[in-house]
Amino acid sequence: MNVIYELILIVFLFVCAIGAFLSERLLIAVVIFMSYSLVMSVIWALLQSPDLAITEAAVGAGVSGILFFITLKRIHALKGTKDE
Amino acid sequence: MNKETNFFKRLNDWVNGEADRLFPELQETDTPKAPEPVATIGPLPNKDVLFLTSYQAVALIVVIGMVSILLYTVYKLPLFGVADNPAVNEVVERYVEKGLEETGAVNVVAGMILDYRAFDTLGESSVLLLAITSVMMLLLKDEKNTDPDEELIEAHEAVIEDHNRDMILQTMTIILMPAIMLYGIYVILNGHLSPGGGFSGGAILGAGLILFASGFGHNRVKKFFNMNTFRALTTTALLGYGILKTYSFLLGANHLPTGIPLGIPGAIFSSGLIFVLDICVGLIVACTMYGFFSVFSRGEI
Repeated sequence: MNVIYELILIVFLFVCAIGAFLSERLLIAVVIFMSYSLVMSVIWALLQSPDLAITEAAVGAGVSGILFFITLKRIHALKGTKDE
Repeated sequence: MNKETNFFKRLNDWVNGEADRLFPELQETDTPKAPEPVATIGPLPNKDVLFLTSYQAVALIVVIGMVSILLYTVYKLPLFGVADNPAVNEVVERYVEKGLEETGAVNVVAGMILDYRAFDTLGESSVLLLAITSVMMLLLKDEKNTDPDEELIEAHEAVIEDHNRDMILQTMTIILMPAIMLYGIYVILNGHLSPGGGFSGGAILGAGLILFASGFGHNRVKKFFNMNTFRALTTTALLGYGILKTYSFLLGANHLPTGIPLGIPGAIFSSGLIFVLDICVGLIVACTMYGFFSVFSRGEI
């Protein structure tokens, strides 16, 4: 059961990694990148390194995504919003 | 005297980027230049064709050589997960067996990164401070790099934004913020007992501050966290880390007695310096995370 769960997570990780650079809209690429980090943090927890899992969830899925959003807003690259 | 003031004025202008050079006689004057002749592309001379072909051939040979050397090295590397690999050597055993006894930390990872390898962590914290300093050098707003019109538009937008705050975000912030802050403080203070520690806890605290700032605006955060707080916290934490670790390095490198009691393993006030160092790292990381957000989004803290 655990193996199936890990396999599902790893497949999702690959899908996120490929989807992040194949997506044409930068906003969606950042969201996919954040979900990649979230899946990665679950995998760290399964690999018995909770230290890394906490840091990955806070930095990868939280802070770095927000910094990307602010950068996109500053360069007026948020498509489909009033900032465009 | 007159010349001296001139010199200092010129130095000042040069530092502020208003004059090109320190010495005016070297300064470029704006003489109109003759338009450069447009380059025409004709057929390449025979010598150049030969050079380009040989250049590409040499580049190809170098790349193939490098790739084969790297692949050969990978082929010679020990297999993954074999018991007698060099990675599975005495250092790991030493950390696992003697870690609790020597550092007093139940969480062996905290014992490793804040005791055996504490200078690594000092370097990482300094890198964070260096990064936020460079970001502030590039993006911090002052009267030199802002346009008054732009400033007016931004102030106008800020007022509109203050009156149209997102209600869902505000309600969720009120519910989540205390839990996030408490969890961050718990992770920092419990770093030597449970997974986590300074870096993770600091990142959680910083994320909580960012959530509050995006829900209620920067001005609300400014009431308890402004530029002076930021400067005082980061420099005090980094200096404290450096001084404490230098003390223990001068007196107790190689685990000679330092006079700092290790306490009972498992108690909250235990494991000597690791407790204090965790707090220092947590403060630096939290300030840096919020600083990145604030400087990126508004150009000030």
